[in-house]
Amino acid sequence: MGFDWHQLWEVSSAPDNIPIVALIFLIPFFCWMAFSQAFANDRLIAQLESDPQLAKTAHRKNYPWKAGWAKELQTWPYLMRMEFLAAIIVTVILFIWSITLNAPLEELANPNLTMNPAKAPWYFLGLQEMLVYFDPWIAGVVMPTLIVLGLMIIPYVDTNPLGSGYYTWKQRRFSIATFCFGFLFLWVLMVLVGTFIRGPGWMWFWPGQTWDPSRVIYEVNRDLPDIFGISSMTGKAIFGAVVMALYFAGAGYIFHKAITWTEFNRKIYQRMSLIQYITLQIFLITMLLLPVKMILRLVFRIKYVWVTWWFNV
Amino acid sequence: MADRPSPEVPEKKPSPGFVEKLLQDTKVLKERAIEEAEALKKPEKTQLYKSIFRVKHDESERSRALGVLSNVFLHLHPAKVNRDAVRYNYTWGMGGITFYLFIVLTITGVLLMFYYHPTKGQAYNDIIYLMSDVPFGKLLRNMHRWAAHLMVIAVWLHMFRVFLTGSYKKPREFNWCVGVVLLVLTLLLSFTGYLLPDDQLGFWAVTVGTTMAQNTPGLGYQGPLGRQLGMTPYNDVRFALLGGSIVDANALLRAYIWHCIAIPLIAGTFMGVHFWRVRKDGGISGPAPVMLESEIKPERKI
Repeated sequence: MGFDWHQLWEVSSAPDNIPIVALIFLIPFFCWMAFSQAFANDRLIAQLESDPQLAKTAHRKNYPWKAGWAKELQTWPYLMRMEFLAAIIVTVILFIWSITLNAPLEELANPNLTMNPAKAPWYFLGLQEMLVYFDPWIAGVVMPTLIVLGLMIIPYVDTNPLGSGYYTWKQRRFSIATFCFGFLFLWVLMVLVGTFIRGPGWMWFWPGQTWDPSRVIYEVNRDLPDIFGISSMTGKAIFGAVVMALYFAGAGYIFHKAITWTEFNRKIYQRMSLIQYITLQIFLITMLLLPVKMILRLVFRIKYVWVTWWFNV
Repeated sequence: MADRPSPEVPEKKPSPGFVEKLLQDTKVLKERAIEEAEALKKPEKTQLYKSIFRVKHDESERSRALGVLSNVFLHLHPAKVNRDAVRYNYTWGMGGITFYLFIVLTITGVLLMFYYHPTKGQAYNDIIYLMSDVPFGKLLRNMHRWAAHLMVIAVWLHMFRVFLTGSYKKPREFNWCVGVVLLVLTLLLSFTGYLLPDDQLGFWAVTVGTTMAQNTPGLGYQGPLGRQLGMTPYNDVRFALLGGSIVDANALLRAYIWHCIAIPLIAGTFMGVHFWRVRKDGGISGPAPVMLESEIKPERKI
């Protein structure tokens, strides 16, 4: 079976998918923009650390500086012109986009005719993809709540005082790595998977594979207790609880190792209160649940780890 | 003697004729008009101008500062900014672009409202009518749709930048939280707009979305502990969102009101707080001079 270019084109050229195609270019561009500045600052920091005398007098920025330059500029016109310029550029882009591409309008809503695939708006495709790995109450309610809360607690658990107001990598390795993993892999990448990989029946289609609605995948999903030959509900519930406890302990141990990895990390760890540390651990462990369950499901075909009378995880 | 004309008598000036008087008045009037027209070359001297703009707009520092501070639309800006803060490679301008897109969406949205009835049957026809008959209707709808997509992207990139520059750190912790609320509100604004054309796309997206709400633990009748707590399809959280047990006329009206009135008001309020806090927390975070590890101050215990 050859590479189905037509299928790929159909998905990528759908008007509503344009923002996702744009993300493929925008995200790497802005990552480059951020990290090139971060590495430049890191070199500056290394230089200043090795030369305490220079640290006292240096401008401490990677922007050009000459003695006698004013530290501040007048908002009018120097900032306002940038803002107006940005507004004009956005307006031009928006007009060109709106003249060349029409917003789609499907058939009139029909409850008797299910769309296949029925997809959520593109920015929620990460949540919809999560439905494969978790029951709806986790993927649709608990996880979104935890994502929002998790974002909000960031300033209150990050006790690292360095890296405020400038790009850096060396001074904030753990927090930047964690956030990039969450944002780039667990959110943006999931949106891309939901758009380009998931076809009819939410089945996995590689790019270039034809989206065949009549395709049948023969795959038997098992629960973890089944593999161990546990058949009674009580046994499953207890087994699952034990596995989950082991997971929390194991993941917590790994994260503790990461949080106290380097001398500097330990210094930051010393500044954390018990509440901060526990909160951080709970959110990190829960976040890691998603990739763990993805691997269990996609590689080992395991659906549930913990089966109980009321809920399954 | 009376019949002898005296040469001494001054020549009696003939009273100016009507035409001459008119010419003279015209001349005076013309001079005044020219004078006033000349004055218009400096409009900043006029009463009208002064009443609107209040301050001089020359190139002196004071006037420039006042021009920003005494203007209601610009007054959220400080009079002066860090010289490196105007570099787009630090801020990426994404927060400002997000706000600009919100304004674009408000304007195009209000115009769209003139052509839209949030009722089953009428809604879909309104969109067809908008795209085929209303002058610039298609452009209007396209702009609203694409600006919404763009706004979601701009919000994400804004959050990404703020994280990478550590701008959520003290004293900006709370404003980061306000930003997270605004992120959620942006997504909800976009999501509630999805249903309004009443087409298959919106219908099924909202069906998928609200089915998840049905699974809320304790509050949805499909969720864990839902039925035990007395939840049915007719009293659970999904029913509250849709105004019914299926996506129908009530859901359309609710989506419309959330989309056009409630969420924009809430988001506008949070935006006000967000911008105000940016100023109160000391302006945008940087680009700040780098800090060294040896300079970390011992933390203060409460």
